[in-house]
Amino acid sequence: MKTRVVADFSGLPIHGFGSASVTWWGTLAFMLIEATGFALVIAVYLYLMNLAAVWPINAAKPNLLPGTLVTLILLFSVVPNYLISRWAEREELRKVRIGMVLMSVLGTVPLGVRAFEFPALNVNWDSNAYGSILWALLGLHTAHLITDLVDTLVLTALMFTRKGDNSRRFGDVQDNAMYWNFVVVTWLPIYGCIYWIPRL
Amino acid sequence: MGFLTTVDHKIIARRYIITSFVFLALGGVLALLMRLQLAQPEARVLSPDRYNQIFTMHGANMMFLFAVPVMEAMGVYLVPLMVGTRNIAFPRLNAFSYWIFLAGGALLWIAFALDMAPDVGWFAYVPLSGPQYGAGKRADIWAQMITFTEIAALAVAVEIVVTVLKQRAPGMSLDRIPLFVWSMLVTSFVVIMAMPAIVFLSTSLILDRLVGTHFFNPAEGGDVLLWQHLFWFFGHPEVYIIFLPAVGMVSSIVETFARRPVFGYLAMVMALIATGMLAFGLWVHHMFATGLPRLSESFFTASSMAIAIPAGIQVFCWLATLWDGAPLFRTPLLFVIGFIVTFVIGGLTGVMAASVPFDTQVHDTYFVVAHFHYVLIGGAVFPLLGGIYYWFPKITGRMMSETLGKWAFWLIFVGFNLTFFPMHILGLAGMPRRIYTYQPDMPWYGLNMFVSISSLVLVAGFFVFFVDAIRSVRAGVSAAENPWDAPTLEWATASPPPSYNFAQIPVVNGLNPLWDQPACLMVASGLRTDRRELIVSTVAAANPQVPGGLTGKFDLAILGCSRDHRDADRVDLHAVGGRLGIRSSCSRIDRLVLAQGNARG
Ligand code: HEM
Ligand SMILES: [Cu+2]
Repeated sequence: MKTRVVADFSGLPIHGFGSASVTWWGTLAFMLIEATGFALVIAVYLYLMNLAAVWPINAAKPNLLPGTLVTLILLFSVVPNYLISRWAEREELRKVRIGMVLMSVLGTVPLGVRAFEFPALNVNWDSNAYGSILWALLGLHTAHLITDLVDTLVLTALMFTRKGDNSRRFGDVQDNAMYWNFVVVTWLPIYGCIYWIPRL
Repeated sequence: MGFLTTVDHKIIARRYIITSFVFLALGGVLALLMRLQLAQPEARVLSPDRYNQIFTMHGANMMFLFAVPVMEAMGVYLVPLMVGTRNIAFPRLNAFSYWIFLAGGALLWIAFALDMAPDVGWFAYVPLSGPQYGAGKRADIWAQMITFTEIAALAVAVEIVVTVLKQRAPGMSLDRIPLFVWSMLVTSFVVIMAMPAIVFLSTSLILDRLVGTHFFNPAEGGDVLLWQHLFWFFGHPEVYIIFLPAVGMVSSIVETFARRPVFGYLAMVMALIATGMLAFGLWVHHMFATGLPRLSESFFTASSMAIAIPAGIQVFCWLATLWDGAPLFRTPLLFVIGFIVTFVIGGLTGVMAASVPFDTQVHDTYFVVAHFHYVLIGGAVFPLLGGIYYWFPKITGRMMSETLGKWAFWLIFVGFNLTFFPMHILGLAGMPRRIYTYQPDMPWYGLNMFVSISSLVLVAGFFVFFVDAIRSVRAGVSAAENPWDAPTLEWATASPPPSYNFAQIPVVNGLNPLWDQPACLMVASGLRTDRRELIVSTVAAANPQVPGGLTGKFDLAILGCSRDHRDADRVDLHAVGGRLGIRSSCSRIDRLVLAQGNARG
């Protein structure tokens, strides 16, 4: 087909941050999938609770300490997470490197505490349906913690190589920060379900 | 290795389409076996156990390995071309999704060969599929197949959403998106919202079966109806995941063959979106026979009937387009008209079944089997076949045969109605579905024989279609760039399109670019030619933002292969340059295409 040139794009900026990046939208779409998943599992929790005569079924209420500790660490982590996103936007390599190390630590620590959370549920997955859904909720969220931690560690390593000082990598840092916010935010309703609904 | 590691959306989509059609043929063989068994009372062709496996295989295969993947694959092929970009977003995720899908399909069919196929129906209700009654590995195979295929579907949905939102040609604002692309966008959102339910479901079933959780065990606080709620929360939208892309194909075909822009574009878009949203308010109509509270049943009856409204709007828009146009009755349009007729009948029986007293009567009978084949085959397979006839020249560079096409259409249309219409009557006469045989004193005998014979006509039609397709790939008349004189961008590039789709990214200023400016395509210059660079544009207005291309988070996985592809692209483009006498060292195509324009006048 005959063509006529009506525009020239050689002057476009090389890299776009945030909503100008395709990866950002991909991350958003995956967050939508996972948020739907979380919402469904919470709906199942409420459905089973509705059916049960007593809730928790044949078990003591979960101990508050480890879960609350995880919540506090996660909430605190949002602050450096916000900062690192800003540094990445301004492409401040040194600060981003420090921030990534900090975020790697803040990803590992809650995972360590999480190990104590499972026994603190005071019920096994195969005891009854209450136990099953509790383990499902906690397991699903733990899977997200682990995924994001792996992502963060790989990215941290990358930032210390020659490939780090590059607009696209800074974009990845931003997307990673956005995903971490998602992991933190989705935890709050789950925390409420597991620890506080039985206490209502 | 190049074949295995390609990231070209067209090659991957072609692979997906061929594989799904193989699954269609295999599922058709299973259907024939069932019809052979049911033709006469007390037949001994299949054992009861084999029959259970076969109807489950047929249903699961048709839904998860044929219908959904083939529709998504059409989107993977066409959406990037229609929005005027050079590749789908996240091309490696796309390549990966195909292998996951194939693994799911292979798992199911290998299990069948080993007499280990699921035998619990395509929706695998508990407790039948649970640890207590579903001994062995059969239900696990079902669940694992589901997990694989749904992950593949989710991956493709993400790619399509991002491609449509962010990679549209400059100027293709929301009100200039072709209807097929709209339909794939809505479908992809439906996939994103619906599939997590079945991923959770298959996982929790495996957990119940293997590690002793109690999600579906009433003795320990679980619930069996929970399964049905979650399954149909996914399962009803699933129908729209199959149906909406088909509707998009119909709009494309109607527009081209009516020779005028589609009537009521805005109403059509609204109807697509409304259908996608209503799809989530209907699931309980599959559970009317379980005795839910009356109020919720009434609500779901009302919403099930409400969905007839957007469907009706679309039907009227197509009819108006045809009425006001100058329709050319080529094979693709024949399939579309077959679709409209069949779908209206299927819709009517659907509205009937949405009324609770009627549904209680026909639930689990052949009336329902007839209904959903009218919707699935009439509503999705007819448009799909029309779509294959329509886009075949673009995909392969060759036309399919009009003569064989007309034969295929009439055999399929007549055979389909003769096969499935009588099933309504069988159902009303009380014949349950999923029975491997019946006694001679039942009044179903003659009609079942009739249905079985008619199914041979239907299968003959599919056979003609397959013969035509295979023959035409090699021996068809070669196709021009735009053989149907169609208006959308996929027809603005060679047939089949080069690996980079467009040498220069098109610029759009109307809904039907190739009709608005028939002689000449507006393009933009300034993208690199040594790799498949493309334009990332804003969501609403499609204003160019930045160049994008083969990099990004999901692309880190297999860095090795991208280099081959860049090389391949470079060679292709430079070959064109060479023919036109441009030095092959040029790094930007604009010079080349300017020269091309001059060369042609
Ligand atoms: C080639 C023509 C086809 C024929 C002759 C046919 C025939 C049948 C028959 C006789 C049954 C009922 C089996 C029973 O209840 O015992 C059935 C079930 C079913 N068919 Fe088809 N079918 C065809 C094509 C399709 C297609 C194209 C689809 C989907 C896109 C499809 C989807 C289903 C589903 C979902 C079931 C339910 C399976 C179950 O009960 O678990 N069929 N088919
Ligand atoms: Cu439904």
